[in-house]
Order: sequence, then C-alpha cells, then structure tokens
Amino acid sequence: MRFGGLRALADFDLKLEPGELVGLIGPNGAGKTTAFNAVTGVYVPSEGEVRVAGERVNGLRPHQICTRGVARTFQNIRLFKQLSALDNVRVACHAGAESGFVDALFLTRRHRQEEQRILDRAEEYLAVMGLSHRRDEVARNLPYGEQRRLEIARALATGPRVLCLDEPAAGMNAAEKTELMSLIHGIRDRFGLAVLLIEHDMRVAMGVSERMVVLDHGVTIARGAPANIRKDPRVIEAYLGDSYLAEKHIAVPVGGGEAG
Amino acid sequence: MPFARGVLRSVLPFLRGVLRSVRPFLLGIPVLFAVQVLLNSQGMDDWTIILISVGINVVLAVSLNVVNGFTGQFSLGHAGFMAVGAYTAAKITLAFAAGAHGVAQQAVFGLALLGGMATAGVAGLVVGMPSLRLRGDYLAIVTLGFGMIIVSIIENVDALGKAIGLSGLPGLTTITWTGVAAIATVLMARRLAVSTQGRALFAIREDEVAAEAMGIDTTGYKVRAFVISAAYAGLAGGLIVHLLQLATPRSFNFIRSFEVVVMVVLGGLGSITGSVVAATFLTVALEALREFQQYRMVAYALLLIALMLLRPQGLFGTRELWDLELLRRLPWVKARATAGPAGASPAEVRDEGEAGGEP
Repeated sequence: MRFGGLRALADFDLKLEPGELVGLIGPNGAGKTTAFNAVTGVYVPSEGEVRVAGERVNGLRPHQICTRGVARTFQNIRLFKQLSALDNVRVACHAGAESGFVDALFLTRRHRQEEQRILDRAEEYLAVMGLSHRRDEVARNLPYGEQRRLEIARALATGPRVLCLDEPAAGMNAAEKTELMSLIHGIRDRFGLAVLLIEHDMRVAMGVSERMVVLDHGVTIARGAPANIRKDPRVIEAYLGDSYLAEKHIAVPVGGGEAG
Repeated sequence: MPFARGVLRSVLPFLRGVLRSVRPFLLGIPVLFAVQVLLNSQGMDDWTIILISVGINVVLAVSLNVVNGFTGQFSLGHAGFMAVGAYTAAKITLAFAAGAHGVAQQAVFGLALLGGMATAGVAGLVVGMPSLRLRGDYLAIVTLGFGMIIVSIIENVDALGKAIGLSGLPGLTTITWTGVAAIATVLMARRLAVSTQGRALFAIREDEVAAEAMGIDTTGYKVRAFVISAAYAGLAGGLIVHLLQLATPRSFNFIRSFEVVVMVVLGGLGSITGSVVAATFLTVALEALREFQQYRMVAYALLLIALMLLRPQGLFGTRELWDLELLRRLPWVKARATAGPAGASPAEVRDEGEAGGEP
C-alpha cells in the first residue's frame, strides 16, 4: 500500500482460518490500521491481493466487501451517534435484506416479515454483547465501554466470516478489558468466525490471540504464538529500540510492566 | 368448497395488506372532500387557497427532508424538480384535459400528476447519479446549478412558453387532491423512517464511512432518496400550476428552493412532524402578512439567523412531535411509546391525522 512515495504497507501476508484468533501488533505507524483499511476496502491496495473465501475483492467498495463477510470496528468509535443502540445494530442487519424501497413504502408482507426478522436478529446481537438493557438508549449516551461493545455487536450483525477489531480495548479500564477478552473468545466460539485483532494493550493482545503477526514500518517482522513473540528480539527492538537490547543483552517480555 | 376456500385464504391476506397500505387515504379522503365541499358552499375561497398552499408546502418540505434531513445531504434544487413536474403535468392536462369533463378530467389530472412525479424522478436520477458520489458541498452546488439550468431552459424553449409560461391551465387542484398528495408524502417519509431502508439513510447521515463499512451501498441509497424526494417535488409542482392555472419559470426560481429549505431547517432536519408544522406555520404567517410581501426574504433571513443562534437543530431536532416531553405525559402517547419502534401502524394513523387535518 503506497501513499505517494510512502510505502505504508510493504510486506504483509496473512491467511485467516475460520475460528482463528489472530493478533496484529506493532508500534505506532507500523501500518496496522492501513492493513485493515486495505482489507476492508477503504483503500484500494496499490499492489497485492485481498481474497475473501477465495474471491478477489481488491477494488470493491467497502459495502461490497462487507457483504462478502468482512466486518470491522473502528479505532476511534464510529457509531451512529444519534440512533438508538437497537437501530445501530439494525442498520448492520440490513445487508442482504430482500425488501426494497418500494416494499417499505407500500408496507408489503415481505417488508413486514423482513422487519421482524431484522428486529429479532438485532435483539439477539444486543443480548450476546450484554446490551439488551440499553436497547432504546441513544448510542451517544452510552458509557465508553458499552459503546465499544455496541460497535462489536453492530459489526457482528453484518454476519461476517472475519471480524476485524481495531483496538477494542482502547480506553477501557482493567475490569472492562478482562470482560472484553472473554467476550471475544465467546464470540469466536459462538459464531465460529475468524477474529483479526489490532491491539496496543499487550495483556489483551497476548491474552486473546492464538497467533500473532508483528508489523513495523509496513513490514512483517515476526509471526507466531504469543509466547514466542514475547521473546522475539526483533519485536523488542521495534518496540523499545536497539539501545535497550544492547543494554540488557537479553530478550525481555514485550509488554514490560503491562504484561504482568 | 375447498377450492374457493383456498383462493379466499390466499387472497384475503393480500387484500388486508392492500387495505393496510392505503388505509390513511381511505380515512383521509372523505374528510378532505367534506372540507372542500363545505368551504366551497360557504364561498370561502381564500381559506381554500390557504389550505391548498399549506398542503403543497407540506409536500415540498417533507420530501426535501428525506434528502436534507434523513440522509444528511444538502440539496438546493427542489424548485428545479418542481418545475420539471409542473411543466410535465401542465403539458399533459393542456393536451388531454381541456376536452374532458367530470371523472375523465379528474383521471387525466391524476395521470398528469403521476407523469410529473415520474419525470421529476428521472431528473433526480440524472442529477443525483454523478453528484451524490461526491461528499459534502458538491451536491448543494450541483443542485443549485441544476435549478438555474432548468429555469433557463424553460425561458428559452418555445414549447414551454418561454418567460411568459403556459397559461390557460384548468384549475383542477382542489383540497382533496392536495390533501391526498400531502398524506402520500407524509406516509412515504414515515414509512421510510421506520423501515430498514430509512435507517440506512439515517446511518449515512450519522457516519458515511461507518455506514459503508456496515454493508450499505451509500451512493445507491443517496440516489434513491434523492429520486424519491425529487418525484414528490414534481408532484407539488403539478399541484401549484393547476392552482395558479399558470406555469411560469418565475414560480420555480432559486428563492422557491430556499423557502423549502427554511421550512425544513425550521422544523428540524429529520423531523417529519417538524416539517409539517413549519410548512403550515410559514405558509399561514406569510398569508397573514401579505401586505409586507416585499419583506419576505428579509423575514426568512432573520428567521434563519435567529434559529441558528437560538436553536440550530430546528424546532424539533430529529425528533417527532410525539417524542416531546410535553406530549409524552399524555396517557395515550405513553401507551404508544411502549408499543415499541416496530409499531408502525399507530404512527401512521397519527401522521394521517396531521396531514389530513391541515391541508
């Protein structure tokens, strides 16, 4: 992925299997979100290929990629702020709706059945994310942690094969983070989808991921199980600089104090 | 007879569906017609004209709200679509209604209005397709230009009467026709607002990037909203020229678009009842202040400035009349609110009451 002369993402190759939990980490500016944007169609990759279930999706618009099974959340929460929690999720249930504007205007039976189906599904996703009690609350008024969860509920409602979470733990307190981790596992188990996670919080990233990919300056510098990533000197170097390595002469766990 | 019963079983739900779909009209038309006959018998022509004006402005404001309020795009071209619908309808009635009488004439008028909606809708598609791909202010500029181009075209085409316009149109616009149009418009907006399609439009307004990421074809939906809105503007155009019995390009200049924008902003972008109330209020107020006609634009400008300073979200914001605290306290409204958002039909009965009562 190039922006003019800048190669934001040069070497990134990742294959997700159904039911996998993969963490994507890297220092600030490593290209993690760029990778997300390339996968979800916000950017068209200047080189390389994105495939969903074998189908090449380069150059498709984001909504087309979404309907092919890639859903995402945003680093800076992007809920539909003035809509209720229920409506936020209902909007996402929209993909694949068979009734159209004409059905809506004439209240056809197909339309009413569709509305009922969407309502049921949306309430189910709210329940899964523990937000049923916030059903009619305007999204803007929800506490921060619940807004993050609502964003996940909304992404789930599009019926994805792959769920891309962009820093879901950002701004959460310790208790909320622990809750989030079990929630992500629960989602994976319940819906059998692959989860790709960008996370700066090493406790969450290491705790959730079964496999990790580390990016630095747009290049994949390491991949493997969290325990190995933690000890990988290249990863430590990317995060803490080579002077740190030279000083210690050893590989120290990545998360530092946080990882405890 | 099992066969007959089988047929009945499949036909009945369908008929019930049709009935549900058109019920507001069935309830509204007798009332409208009664008002029309009553005012006519009393010779209250002024009131008739005011009510018709209110109805037409309701059609305009509510339909513009679908684009500017629901979808969050800013169109300044409503008058242009009115003109397209108006001249289409005028041409049709001039060609076919003059010789016709009674029911046949009314039927021609109905078809003329539908024809106006169709051509205005097509115009909406032509203008919307290229401009709605872009974000932000482009739409405002393109639609502004479109409105001016339409007026220029009319002023230069012989078949459209140039600047003098088309005169001698039959005065077919009645309270009933206008009321039906207003009910149709409010129903359209209301049914959109409580449907998955409408929620997709709201999502585009709230956050276009997120809406796109949630699988909504944002361009496609914006174009659809735009086409629907344009079609109803065309309907209003057809009604106006058959009220004035004259179609001139002057009736459809930029100021007309601006008036409708003021109504929508005053009522609250996204609020259907807000648009209805604002359209009613501004129409009646202007009629009452007829002597000060030349200060109309000054009044609009002052109103907008005051509004932006005191209540930038408009009278109702995105809420509806029945969402307001004051009304929530009424017991029957409370019962409605607990019925849940899926309860589309009670809301429609209300909408119908509003639209049907005023025009």
